[in-house]
Amino acid sequence: MSSDDLQDTNTEARFEFKKEQKAAEVAEKGLTEETVRMISEDKDEPEWMLERRLKALNVYQEMPMPTDWPGQPDLSDVNVGEILPYIRPDIETRGGEDDWDDLPDEIQDTFDKLGIPEAEKKALSGVGAQYESEVVYQNMKEEWEDKGVVFMNMDKAVQEHPEIVREYFMTRAVPPTDNKFAALHGAVWSGGSFVYVPEGVTVQMPIQAYFRMNSEGMGQFEHTLIVAEENSEVHYIEGCSAPQYATHNLHSGGVEVFVKEGAHVQYSTVQNWSKNTYNLNTKRAIVESDGRMEWISGSMGSKATMLYPSSVLQGPGASDNHITIAFAGEGQNIDTGAKVYHNAPDTKSTIESKSISKDGGRTNYRGLVHMGTNAAGASTSVECDALMFDNESTSDTMPYMEIRESDVDVAHEATVGKIGDEDVFYLQSRGLDDDDAKQMIVAGFIEPITEELPIEYAVELNRLIELEMEGSLG
Amino acid sequence: MATLELSNLHAKVAEDGGEQILDGVDLEVGSGEIHALMGPNGSGKSTTAKVIAGHPAYEVTDGEVNLHLDGDEFEDLEVDEADLHWNLLDLEPNERAALGIFLGFQYPAEIEGVTMVNFLRTALNAKLDERAELFEDEDEDAEADEDDAGYETSPMEGPVDEGEVGVEEFQAILSEKMEQLDMDESFANRYLNAGFSGGEKKQNEVLQAAILEPEIAVLDEIDSGLDIDRLQDVSNGIEALRDEQGTGVLQITHYQRILDYVEPDHVHVMLDGQIVKSGGPELAEKLEDRGYDWVRDEVYEAA
Repeated sequence: MSSDDLQDTNTEARFEFKKEQKAAEVAEKGLTEETVRMISEDKDEPEWMLERRLKALNVYQEMPMPTDWPGQPDLSDVNVGEILPYIRPDIETRGGEDDWDDLPDEIQDTFDKLGIPEAEKKALSGVGAQYESEVVYQNMKEEWEDKGVVFMNMDKAVQEHPEIVREYFMTRAVPPTDNKFAALHGAVWSGGSFVYVPEGVTVQMPIQAYFRMNSEGMGQFEHTLIVAEENSEVHYIEGCSAPQYATHNLHSGGVEVFVKEGAHVQYSTVQNWSKNTYNLNTKRAIVESDGRMEWISGSMGSKATMLYPSSVLQGPGASDNHITIAFAGEGQNIDTGAKVYHNAPDTKSTIESKSISKDGGRTNYRGLVHMGTNAAGASTSVECDALMFDNESTSDTMPYMEIRESDVDVAHEATVGKIGDEDVFYLQSRGLDDDDAKQMIVAGFIEPITEELPIEYAVELNRLIELEMEGSLG
Repeated sequence: MATLELSNLHAKVAEDGGEQILDGVDLEVGSGEIHALMGPNGSGKSTTAKVIAGHPAYEVTDGEVNLHLDGDEFEDLEVDEADLHWNLLDLEPNERAALGIFLGFQYPAEIEGVTMVNFLRTALNAKLDERAELFEDEDEDAEADEDDAGYETSPMEGPVDEGEVGVEEFQAILSEKMEQLDMDESFANRYLNAGFSGGEKKQNEVLQAAILEPEIAVLDEIDSGLDIDRLQDVSNGIEALRDEQGTGVLQITHYQRILDYVEPDHVHVMLDGQIVKSGGPELAEKLEDRGYDWVRDEVYEAA
């Protein structure tokens, strides 16, 4: 049973469904204090977490919707009152054939076209468990645990590591007051990942948030909290390039990363949302002295995305590196970019943004680089490249620079171009057909991100873009 | 063996009221021959090259471009006699490439993010694939389409197409050809033409021809912007195309210089969209000494 079905059922029937199935707690439509209390109770949360949720709810109710940013995506169809904020999937009943068949056809088609075997498809879509992965994961988990690394579901972390979660959860990086959707997230968040890396520990293999898709199921409001202690190192990979299917139409995740002195965190994500989804997320890292944060993200799918991963460079010598890629097809508006606050001397940041638009799709780069009064010797370099397929598609670059310190080095470069006819002809004259030529040009265009990703993600990202370009995804 | 035949070729810039550039070009280039096409700027040399390759910026208003192939080469494909003659104007640029037409660009495109090795292997496989398709009957076509419908295995393993040149096999081919052209190994992993010097780009065009093994290579001012060492390398490459692969070469050039290294069998002079004079190597020397004005005078006096 999909959540659409749930939404369509009237209140009474829903209660009956609840009684019969005992499968899921289903919150009332819309967002009330009662809903928030119910979520918290269902998760058996400590009092402090409930308080945080309620505070966030207050902020959410008071904040206006963002409406007046230049060129921002139209959010007038986002009706939180109509959204079912919380469904706890029951693990026992998940993973059956029925769930797979309930996936939207376009998602099923995509998996087919990606050539992913059935079992893997189910795991990726969250409707089945991939047992072999589970074993591999278990082995790795033991290895991490021996070193004191914690990697678990966020809900569980609230229970098992309350002291750490209480200190960091939506206190400094993404407070509910940050924006309306951060506040919404704070009130109804559910699921997500918790990663803790002790001082001096390097986690060699990338940690992939793969397992949680086949256990608790992905919430629409999942929270990721990564704490990397001094001189530690970790590469975290969120989601995967397989489509994230949202049967409700709002995804509002929160990501908080704490990079302590000399630590290094890489956060990579490639996400492809179904095309009726509003994808409105808040992601922020606090980076201390000589720490290094790297954000690598690919945004595909969704009706509208607003996402600006940000780094606050808090200590001297802290650095940040952003690589983002966005793809907008027909009817899509992908508004994404990066924010960096240079709040200490000798901090460094680089932002590379790539966007592709096609068939009237719209991409925006929206960026903010803030150089504080104490950022002497800081430097930043921003590079935005937009590639358009046709004259109907649009791409805007909106880089904001706030410079409060004179001893800084700021570079910005933006290019916007159509896929060049000469480039296509060159490749055709070497034997590639028109589609393959364009595909190769786009693959090259996004190569900076694909080379940073593990090979299987890179391959799937390329394949997904190829499918988008053929117009064969729903 | 193959012959490229241009007859009465007329072409204009493909837009309303576009300028007429080719005004009846007749030319025949056979395998193993080297033809030099010379002429002042604006006479239509580059347009001729682009029209042969199928550039969409030009519209053919009259005449034909035909490619005649020799059946002996296609024993493996059991090609019908009827399939040995192609009107290139009916074909897409990539189909022309598959039949053995190669265009060496004066200003090759720079494609960021696409490594030489990836590009060249893709191009070679695309060519083999297309070639097979062009010569297959319809039933086999349908079968090929079916094969193409998706990966049978995980995308990690990539598509399993028969007859494709694999990564390792290709590396060997590439290394050998690069060595012949005296190109540095690091070329293989650089992005296609991106940040290449003028000379490197030209060398790269010859390298591509060496790998794709065309029947006919049209090289558009392959000698421009080359220093003397590089000119030597490029010339050696062109000779190797002819001697080792039997490629027919149509060399477009302004200058005699490259012809000192690669002696042409035939020299043609183009003026105002037509070939007005043809001769042997001595014609190129005469042009070097005396420029194009005497040809113009001769042509107009005759007319």
